[in-house]
Amino acid sequence: MEAQEKKVGIISCSGEERVEGTISRVATRLVLGKLRPNETVTICLPLFLAGGREEREFARDYPTITVDGCDKMCAKIATERYSGKPASTIVVTDTLKNYQCPKLSSRRKLNDETLAVARKVADRIAEEVDEVLKHWV
Amino acid sequence: MDVSGQRKVIVIPCSGIGKAFGSISREATYEVTENLRKDTTQTLCLALLVSGDEESLRLVRNNKCITVDGCPLQCAEKNVKLAGGNLAGSLRVIDAYKENRRLKPRSVTFLDPDGRQMAAALAERIAKKVDELLGGL
Repeated sequence: MEAQEKKVGIISCSGEERVEGTISRVATRLVLGKLRPNETVTICLPLFLAGGREEREFARDYPTITVDGCDKMCAKIATERYSGKPASTIVVTDTLKNYQCPKLSSRRKLNDETLAVARKVADRIAEEVDEVLKHWV
Repeated sequence: MDVSGQRKVIVIPCSGIGKAFGSISREATYEVTENLRKDTTQTLCLALLVSGDEESLRLVRNNKCITVDGCPLQCAEKNVKLAGGNLAGSLRVIDAYKENRRLKPRSVTFLDPDGRQMAAALAERIAKKVDELLGGL
């Protein structure tokens, strides 16, 4: 049997309404494009929710990390409902409590301070990816 | 309807995270809701709507909606229909692309100048549609 390619799915909330949603998307993109480009893929959450078969099958067969902007946790809830328990869950509003960020920027354009937060969230996602890969059987 | 009782047009972008067209749909939506027609429009999180959030369902059912999709799967349009929303307009990034073929947006996380220009063109189309709808409210 051919070995399964090791890929971790990063499922970000879409969060168009809030800056924390933008942070979750930017952090996810940083992981996909720069920090762990060969180890990760992403899944479009509304497509996943709308019944995208390939997306749901991927999330069922491969480990996933959900990245939510707020405590409504759409990404985590959807993944659990349609595919299975995520390997790890990150909520930006929780993560923000650990960082000093005087004022978040608008949801549309991140200022330097908010971008720095997104980078920290991205680092945290990358650490979780490494953990998942370390325990891959 | 906002706190003053005024009906608003709800502009809902797709949440595409993997391609530039998804980012363009969001940027165009922000340009309309924060600048071009900020008093008469608002946006919401598509994933939250699809998750069945009652406030989001109420918003799309009680107000006219315009969806803005980045790819042919048209998640925003499909999900607003599935939610029983009052879909009054459906725009696609590809339509703006057809009128601006010289533009080649590539960057996803942060739009490049071509992406921003295409988003601006799309925002004008959305604003025009908003005006049509408000004329009939």
